[in-house]
Amino acid sequence: MAVAIGIAAIAPPILHALGKGYHVSILVFTGIHTIVAIGLCLLMGYAGQISLGHAGFFAVGAYVSGILTTRAGIPPPIALVAAVALAAAVAAIVGIPTLRLRGHYLAMATLGFGEIVYVILNAAGSLTGGPSGFGAIPPIIPRFEALGLKGSDVTFYAIAWATVFAAIGLSSRIVGSRVGRALRAVHTSERAAMAMGVDVARLKLQVFVLSAILAALAGSYYAHYVTFISPTTFSVGCSIRFVTIVAVGGMANLWGVVGASTLLGVLTLAGFFGEMDMIVYGALLVAAMAWSAWRGSRRGG
Amino acid sequence: MSGFSQLLQFALTGVTVGSIYALVAIGFNAIYNATGIINFAQGQFVVLGGMLAVTLSVSSRLPVLAAAIIVIAAVAAIGGLIEFGFIRRLRRPNVLQLIMVTVGLQILLEEAAMAIWGTDPAPPMPHFSGDSPIRMAGATILPQTVWILGTLAVVVAALAAFFRWTTIGKAVRACAANPTAARLAGIPLRRMVCLSFILSAAIGALGGIAITPMVGMEFDRGPSLALKGFGAAVVGGLGSFPGAVAGGMAIGVLESLAAGYIASGYKDAVALAVLLAVLFVRPSGLFGGAAAGLKEF
Repeated sequence: MAVAIGIAAIAPPILHALGKGYHVSILVFTGIHTIVAIGLCLLMGYAGQISLGHAGFFAVGAYVSGILTTRAGIPPPIALVAAVALAAAVAAIVGIPTLRLRGHYLAMATLGFGEIVYVILNAAGSLTGGPSGFGAIPPIIPRFEALGLKGSDVTFYAIAWATVFAAIGLSSRIVGSRVGRALRAVHTSERAAMAMGVDVARLKLQVFVLSAILAALAGSYYAHYVTFISPTTFSVGCSIRFVTIVAVGGMANLWGVVGASTLLGVLTLAGFFGEMDMIVYGALLVAAMAWSAWRGSRRGG
Repeated sequence: MSGFSQLLQFALTGVTVGSIYALVAIGFNAIYNATGIINFAQGQFVVLGGMLAVTLSVSSRLPVLAAAIIVIAAVAAIGGLIEFGFIRRLRRPNVLQLIMVTVGLQILLEEAAMAIWGTDPAPPMPHFSGDSPIRMAGATILPQTVWILGTLAVVVAALAAFFRWTTIGKAVRACAANPTAARLAGIPLRRMVCLSFILSAAIGALGGIAITPMVGMEFDRGPSLALKGFGAAVVGGLGSFPGAVAGGMAIGVLESLAAGYIASGYKDAVALAVLLAVLFVRPSGLFGGAAAGLKEF
């Protein structure tokens, strides 16, 4: 953890010294996506609940923050808190019936949730700007120049990665605690966990809400950083990218997911995959699952 | 237009759209019944069918029937390859792994379609028998609607006959009912699973060919077709072919009424809300029996 924080802290000055200061913005986006991936890692890897709709919560965070600051003139930090609170409420309402489902049904229901959010973003034009979105969203705190870097990059870099490390700290405490053991029990066998006195439904819902909170927080950061949002950012493809990151990171492997998210994020945003990035994600998802099935079959004997 | 004929018009539109969902739902069921897998790439078979049909019939000027035969064979082959190349290679996959593999395949097929045909919608494909509307009771339907409904009817009848009266059809049912016993009886389980993917892809392609003249086609229509098709399958009870038809019609008509009387932008949300509501309240389907009816034809 300390090593990772150290690397994160010296990355912007080094990039700047190399004359690649603009790459800091790539790291900001990567940090924002990593926040979502950490929440999804808890949900999918540890609680074993699939979600193909997390772009929906990412969107709630971005749009609520964006709409409150531009339409109602609410200060960004308060809008952020409101956005996260609303996403948590939505997750609780959606989660109670959804998490009773399993397997294919759960996957389709979460996919459906993400798609409903996407449809609303496009259709509620007077509020969301419709398919073309809206802009002029203010940054979270006033911009300041540091190290000669562009506008808000350094501020956002610090905020995004501080949140990443806070999320890692929180998640690893949860995973290592009694709750974490209960989560793994739920993943292995819900019935056995229930028999041992674990309140399975409540536990699943708590993790779902937590993952939605992280996604919405990241969405709010995204809106205030980019200052312009439109529905395409929050499509089904976006949800599947998050899922791919968690799958490539090894599902129940917090640092693996953070590593996969950072690596894939930097490679994608630096244009390493060119136009092929979605193909790469699709192939990685298939390969990661084939690999985990193969390993599972070996372990199972 | 009077209130009644307007209602009738919306209902007819809904039935047309509903047949599309029903065809996708039947494709889901064909694989689900044989394997218990929900193939998240199902919608992309429809897209591939439609796009290929446009290329062959419009750009290469092949007669529709010849184009249709080639397209169905090609997409069916892709379905078989998916089973043979990916699904079969997974060692003892769990449900989560199967879901994610088919999601990944959906992405790969979608990107392949984008690489071949680009992001623009396919050029319009002529209706099979002209586009002069047929009038009835103040509402109108296009001849293509009759073609779509006819396709659906033929598919349902052919599948029913296949599963009831042919040896191979019975073998597939046996695999679904009890894989171990089926193998002990000498049924090549793997080949039957492969067959179900081929069959399902062929049905998807056929649907794509029939609907494209009416609704056009784009490379990224797959996920939304899959979601609504799955909705139809769930409403009708997963695994049931008549249920798929009923479920498709129910969702199609609801969606069309919502578009007509509420707001067209929200029609997709209505279909999805129905899917979620049914999943939450009665996951065994509105038309099917209890959970015992699952995996039954």
